[in-house]
Amino acid sequence: MLSEEERKEIEAECALYEHRRPATSEALKIVQRHRGWVSDEAVKDVAEILGASADEVESVATFYTLIFRQKVGRHVILICDSVSCYIMGYETLKEHLGRVLGIELGQTTSDGRFTLLPNACLGVCEQAPAMMIDEDVHGHLTPEKIPDILSRYA
Amino acid sequence: MAVLYVDNQPHEIRPHEVGKNLLKVCLGLGFNIPYFCWHPAFQSVGACRQCAIKLFKDEHDTKGKIVMSCMVSAKDGMRISIDDPEAIEFRARVIEWLMLNHPHDCPVCDEGGECHLQDMTVMTGHTYRRNRFAKRSFRNQDMGPLVAHEMNRCIQCYRCARFYRHSAGGRDFGVMGWHDRVFFGRFEDGVLQSEFAGNLVEVCPTGVFTDKTQARHFTRKWDLQTAPSVCVHCGLGCNTIPGERYGSLRRIRNRYNHRVNGYFLCDRGRYGYEFVNSPHRIRQPLLRENQAALRPISAQAAITHLGNLLHSGRAIGIGSPRASLETNYALAKLVGAENFYHGMPTKHLRIVRAMLDVLKRGPAPSASLHDMEKCNTIFMMGEDIHNVGPLMVLSLRQAVLQKPIAEAAKLHISDFEDAVIREAIQQEKGPFFTGVPGFTKLDDQVTQAYRGAPHDIARLGFAVAHMIDPAAPAVEDLPVERVQFAQRIAKALQDKKPLIVAGYNCGSESIVRASANVAWALRKKGFAAHLAYTVPECNSMGTALMDGGEIDDAVQAIASNGIDTLIVAESNLYRQLSLSGFDTILRRIKHLVVLDCLPNETTAWAELVLPAATFAEGSGTLVNNECRAQRFYQVFSPAGDVRESWKWLSAAMVASGRAQSEPWPDLDAVLAALARDIPVFAKVPGITPPSSFRLMGMPVPRESHRFSGRTAIDADQTIHERPPEPDADTPLRHSMEGYPLQPPASLLGRYWAPGWNSDHALNKFQQEIDGPLREDAPGVRLVEPSGGQPSAEALNIEYLGLVPPAFQRRAEEWLVIPAYHIFGSDELSMHSPGIAELAAKPYLQLNQADADSLGATPGQLMTMTVESAVCTFPLKVGPGLPDGVVAIPFGLPGLPGVALPAWGKIRPAQPGEPTGVRQA
Amino acid sequence: MEKVLTKNMRPGEPMEIDEYERAGGYQGLKRALKMAPLEVQELVGRVNLRGRGGAGFPAGKKWALVPMEQAARRPKYLCINADEMEPGTMKDRLLMEGDPHQLIEGAITSAYAIQADCCYIFLRWAYKLSARRLAKAIDEAYAHRYLGKNIQNSGYSLEMRLHTSAGRYMCGEASAMLDAVQGKRATPRSRPPHAEVCGLWGKPTVVQNVETICCVHHIVRNGPEWFMKLSKTEEGGTKIYGCSGRVNNPGVWELPMGTPVRDILFEHAGGMQSGYQFKGLLPGGASSNFIRQEHLDTPMDFSHMEAVGSRLGTGTMVVMDDRICPVGVQLSLQEFFARESCGWCTPCREGLPWIARALRAIEEGTGQAQDMDVLDLNAKHIRLGNTFCALAPGAMFPLESALRFWREDFLEHVRQKRCPWKE
Ligand SMILES: Cc1cc2nc3c(=O)[nH]c(=O)nc-3n(C[C@H](O)[C@H](O)[C@H](O)COP(=O)(O)O)c2cc1C
Ligand code: SF4
Ligand code: FES
Repeated sequence: MLSEEERKEIEAECALYEHRRPATSEALKIVQRHRGWVSDEAVKDVAEILGASADEVESVATFYTLIFRQKVGRHVILICDSVSCYIMGYETLKEHLGRVLGIELGQTTSDGRFTLLPNACLGVCEQAPAMMIDEDVHGHLTPEKIPDILSRYA
Repeated sequence: MAVLYVDNQPHEIRPHEVGKNLLKVCLGLGFNIPYFCWHPAFQSVGACRQCAIKLFKDEHDTKGKIVMSCMVSAKDGMRISIDDPEAIEFRARVIEWLMLNHPHDCPVCDEGGECHLQDMTVMTGHTYRRNRFAKRSFRNQDMGPLVAHEMNRCIQCYRCARFYRHSAGGRDFGVMGWHDRVFFGRFEDGVLQSEFAGNLVEVCPTGVFTDKTQARHFTRKWDLQTAPSVCVHCGLGCNTIPGERYGSLRRIRNRYNHRVNGYFLCDRGRYGYEFVNSPHRIRQPLLRENQAALRPISAQAAITHLGNLLHSGRAIGIGSPRASLETNYALAKLVGAENFYHGMPTKHLRIVRAMLDVLKRGPAPSASLHDMEKCNTIFMMGEDIHNVGPLMVLSLRQAVLQKPIAEAAKLHISDFEDAVIREAIQQEKGPFFTGVPGFTKLDDQVTQAYRGAPHDIARLGFAVAHMIDPAAPAVEDLPVERVQFAQRIAKALQDKKPLIVAGYNCGSESIVRASANVAWALRKKGFAAHLAYTVPECNSMGTALMDGGEIDDAVQAIASNGIDTLIVAESNLYRQLSLSGFDTILRRIKHLVVLDCLPNETTAWAELVLPAATFAEGSGTLVNNECRAQRFYQVFSPAGDVRESWKWLSAAMVASGRAQSEPWPDLDAVLAALARDIPVFAKVPGITPPSSFRLMGMPVPRESHRFSGRTAIDADQTIHERPPEPDADTPLRHSMEGYPLQPPASLLGRYWAPGWNSDHALNKFQQEIDGPLREDAPGVRLVEPSGGQPSAEALNIEYLGLVPPAFQRRAEEWLVIPAYHIFGSDELSMHSPGIAELAAKPYLQLNQADADSLGATPGQLMTMTVESAVCTFPLKVGPGLPDGVVAIPFGLPGLPGVALPAWGKIRPAQPGEPTGVRQA
Repeated sequence: MEKVLTKNMRPGEPMEIDEYERAGGYQGLKRALKMAPLEVQELVGRVNLRGRGGAGFPAGKKWALVPMEQAARRPKYLCINADEMEPGTMKDRLLMEGDPHQLIEGAITSAYAIQADCCYIFLRWAYKLSARRLAKAIDEAYAHRYLGKNIQNSGYSLEMRLHTSAGRYMCGEASAMLDAVQGKRATPRSRPPHAEVCGLWGKPTVVQNVETICCVHHIVRNGPEWFMKLSKTEEGGTKIYGCSGRVNNPGVWELPMGTPVRDILFEHAGGMQSGYQFKGLLPGGASSNFIRQEHLDTPMDFSHMEAVGSRLGTGTMVVMDDRICPVGVQLSLQEFFARESCGWCTPCREGLPWIARALRAIEEGTGQAQDMDVLDLNAKHIRLGNTFCALAPGAMFPLESALRFWREDFLEHVRQKRCPWKE
């Protein structure tokens, strides 16, 4: 069930268009903003409110990188694996992060705190290597800086 | 004529092919260009990149550039190369890419041997797989009893998703994911909801979607015995190719008829075939003596018995709209035209006759499915088309796009650019108005719908006609909003190509009359209106064209006149009559003789049962909803004493001493007699070549030249090769021997051409791609408006009257209307396990307010008394039904044929009251 | 040198609308509103403003395709491409974070020129700060009647909406972006018809990069001659250049169009970090061809970069040094492209992952001679025209050039069965 708030936000988005379907990707983002990810259940709920089928919504949901169709941790770490960061030490950083968190790319820590995902260029190449945790960008990373940064996310 | 230079050779192309895509034009010229994402029915999107060719600016350009032939319009004087080395190499790369992840499981793949991907792989010369890395793999989904899913074989051509969504309007299937993880499937496992899902099997160029019913008795294409046939599961007359092996029918495939069903079939038509293989089939004559059980007798004894019955007493016959013209005619001949009755509910007969009357009088002709696609404005009265004329849905879905596409053309978008056109037209749809008694699956295509009782729908139609031409009868006391709606419709219909759709769904003759007035008024105003009618059965129109009484008259005759013998040809009277009528017949008739293929409520009471051939086991003629007569051919000789009903009847004629001295020797003889006796059928013999027809002295083989095991097929029983089963009725032969090249289209039961093992071999049989077949024979239309297409002034239209009064709900009674179901309402297909699994369960449907007024909740058992039947069913609460109206499913097994609409009473079922139907 | 696009920028919060107006903001727009739309178009046409999103198509030519007659189909749209997912690119972020009103003014001016009814800013999901600042600036612009009905009493009306992406490189491709705005899967469209005729919701639409748009009102305000003179070459204006990699001072700078590569690399980016040698660079993001030492004196503009076999692209260069394995760099690039393919056309969907797998094998020491063939073969056939859109051909630029320049390094991996850059 979508919450009242989610419903309202989606309705507001729908109101911008002649039809409801263009709000699909936006609606999924709204749900994700509220719950961190988009469950099967939520896909059906979004479909219903948009007058679409779950298949139609799923078709969109599975296209975009940042619609999470699997449960993620409380904080999502997006580590940039694109060329500038690669040159500036992405591999070492990734391995380090993996070791510290005890997980590999695509996994969530057992306490549900972090999910580690690779991501395309974050657009902060001058600060490479970089990662994004939730809404914050962290640049000029070195393995030494990692523990401190992680400690800011409970 | 325009000229296209292909590899420096000039080729003439038809003027209207200029502007069409090069791929289509080149295929039409006979060239082999490999392709995947293009399909003639849903055009080009340029995704697969397989159809690459070289395009040159002019004769001085030696370099040229690679283009996708499906995305480029042909122009006069254009120079292209298919054999250009660069183009060849690029095409080889594309197939290599596509095959990188393909499982190469052809030997165990049901598509093997008729796989477009195989064909194209060979065509491009790809033989060696260089990918040394792990292949990707997907999880398959369970998509229900009809379609199997094996996603690893996918080459991501996007055809399935495009067909399912755009052509068929299905919303529960599509493309998921991205990059090389693109997945074609459903949100979750479950039955595909589209009535057209089965087409995925043919639309998919490889073995992702295969026929699940065929998998249970799998046979490769080349091992199937096939013949051209016509679907018997509704009135539209789609053309089919049934395939048989070892005496059982293995599958149905589409047979292309550009006027009728084009490339597609509905799932009832595709999967309904398994009744032919039913273990319950009647395969021997059965006789009941002294109230005992039916027991087998020989064919000769059966004929003698029937002959004696006819010799000694008065006999009448009841024919059937699901039997061939030949059978109905033979029965009428046997009992005498005055003793022949139509084996369909009286209401249906009257409606069908009303349609015939309208079509004969004209001036609006009936539209073929192909004509419908080209219409641009639609008014549909009373039809839930998915359930009563399924394939018409695809045509109507095309028709609503005509206007927006014409608009898009102004942006200089080529008409074959599917994706682009869809972007350009967005949600736009041409005017499509409906009056229906509830919600239908087509509602999302509709501009505006009126939901009302049948009478009110008819009144709306009459009102529209009157607004177009005041000479047409007016409708009194129409509410203001309906007047406005009628005006809106009347205005929209006055366009180039209006289409008026009506039919039997509501059981209302008034609707048919109203439809006629609308179409005629439009014709009078100079608009090329067409009529499209649905009819209940595959030969409703054909039988209705014959003289004969109504079935209720037959009951009367039996009740009053002391009829001794009733011969029923392929009709289950239980479905055609009220319970009391059925009961009367059983009680009063001395000798009940039934010809049919499967046991039913009628055969259960018969004295003599004769095993009738199904469509696959016999040949004959059916007349579809537009009055197009089409021939179906025997696919295989049935086991046992099964034969066409007309053959039994013909033999009985001789045995009884009536009419002939000798049985009709073959189909041609019946046809000749039919054409002679009933002038409207004069053209019927000529729709296909006579049985004596030979090509270079040879008959046309039903088996492919690759048919395997001919000499070994019976090796477990005899070492002698079995001679081909004889077939005196057709120019076809039960053999792999015969004329090896293309037969005339009407005898074409298989698509194969060198290098083209899949259905796409069809390309080689069309005069032009997506056009008529070579030596086209799309059947013959028997009824055209009299006097052709007269000028507006010359039209002396006599409008039809009898505007019904407005529907008034009753205090204690409910108007019971039939709800048809694609899976469930058709008698024969319900003997096919897959269809039966998907069939609707009995219910009784009211709208919310009415359910509330009865204090009833969904699922609750309700009992309804209508005519002589008492039905106890669970309640379904459905939106859209008018107040005071209740719907019950039509024709589910066990349901008697109540003549609907009728008035009935409803009450909550008493505790312990059994579900089902019983006599009042 | 005159700063144009970055003139108003400063550390901390960007200018609010009042301050922006005081600094001369919205003057260009006001001037434009007094001109006929076609006159504005003509001005932009005169300076041959080439698109800064990578393809370099002249904005004026694009606008000229928009139907301007009274009966033209409406609404018309302007879509601003702020997706910026090209690896190595961070210039539009600077413009949006640093001076959001500049983008909005440019957008309104451009929209006016084509008489658009609605403007979408399609913003990359990761740019959270840009999103906040743009949203605020849009609100301010509405409040000051630069947006909405009857802008500044000119009779012209425009709505503006910020649409944030759900993430996918493909969305940056102009036609795929239209799908994304429409809430669908972002699959590119074939041309013709051009978006200018049949774009968003089937209506006339112009798609333009952030930086391109930011130039427009300056051109209107200061005139074409001024704009042409900003540049060092024939291609007018300034350009936001950037540099990342092992340089001393990675960053983004506004410089005259046509500033030589060497100046950017050594002067502005401060040259290579000590211990690192210059090996080559991608001049304009991941989908450009590597250039080497011998090309360093080339002016960075569209035509000069093309002349040396590369492209200006986004003008933000990625420097490759001698201590990073060129196969690894290539692997990173190609895995990016393979992952970001929309899955629509065969060469891209199937070819790119094949390349990536071959590269991974080579880099990880399991490469075989035939893997090199896979690279060559694919690079040869994944070309513009052979694919549906420019994504996959773009991926081949760095690959093809790397194979040309550093083939030995690839072969060495295969020969040694390991990456020589790793211990
Ligand atoms: C795969 C791909 C990604 C692209 N990404 C962007 C992008 O992020 N931002 C952008 O402005 N242009 C991008 N482009 C270029 C756009 O297609 C388009 O040319 C540009 O937005 C037009 O604006 P301009 O003419 O002002 O440069 C991309 C092109 C391709 C093929
Ligand atoms: S499933 Fe079949 S039809 Fe669909 S994309 Fe794959 S190969 Fe094409
Ligand atoms: S058939 Fe032409 S690109 Fe697929």
